[in-house]
Amino acid sequence: MMSATFFILAAVTLIGACAAMMLRGLVHCALALAVAFAGLGTLYLNLGAQFLGLAQLLVYVGAIAVLIVFVILLTRGGDSDSPALSPTALPIAGVLVATAIFAILAWAVFHSVAIHSPGLPAPQATIRQLGTTLMADYVLPLEVIGLMLTAALIGAAIVAMKEKQDPQ
Amino acid sequence: MTALAGCLLVSSMLFAVGLAGALTRRNTILVLVGIELMLNAANLNFVAFWRFGPHAGEATGMIFVLFSIGVAAAEAAVGLALILAVYRHAKTTDLSQLTGRPQ
Repeated sequence: MMSATFFILAAVTLIGACAAMMLRGLVHCALALAVAFAGLGTLYLNLGAQFLGLAQLLVYVGAIAVLIVFVILLTRGGDSDSPALSPTALPIAGVLVATAIFAILAWAVFHSVAIHSPGLPAPQATIRQLGTTLMADYVLPLEVIGLMLTAALIGAAIVAMKEKQDPQ
Repeated sequence: MTALAGCLLVSSMLFAVGLAGALTRRNTILVLVGIELMLNAANLNFVAFWRFGPHAGEATGMIFVLFSIGVAAAEAAVGLALILAVYRHAKTTDLSQLTGRPQ
């Protein structure tokens, strides 16, 4: 059965996500996004995944949300006066598609056999176990993702670098 | 309603909110934000199945989410760099203006 903590955290996450998608000001959107990510991180903690919750807080709230705020300020999008949504029929279609997909997913969740599994004790995964698994069984993916992060860092720096001005 | 169903429902709602945002917002940055929300919804599914699934004791779900967070970080960095490059070129981040649609 679900606890009250779960409901509160889920509500914070969903309200933050809705606000991030619906607010007008871009900076407000980014801050609401940080709230949604923090709620999700605490939801991981509530589910017993300590390391993941802390990683989520560090990476998403600490890095990605701040990166998004930086890009909003660099593109001066915060003071744009154009409407947030296009005035055509497109937004309604988008919301309808999203609602339909949510309906399908909810139907699938309620009709699956997996949700009736008996309540099991929480699996234990200490940080020590995680580290051992990462360095023993998943060492190749770990190296690959390190290489990919390096390549992404260099690529992002090159792509975002200011173009050379023409001499005239 | 079991706890697993609650987690899956929250994750579905998060995915739908992200999808609606990615489909309706006009700003490129907010489209990227919607994609991030959808990715996080998938991560929540992994954690829920790791916690309530039958294969307790194995950390596979957590490891997958760890790698997923790493990939998402790289994706966000490259995507935002691309948005910056497009902004330098076109002086706007508005998708309607970028694709030449009527306002």
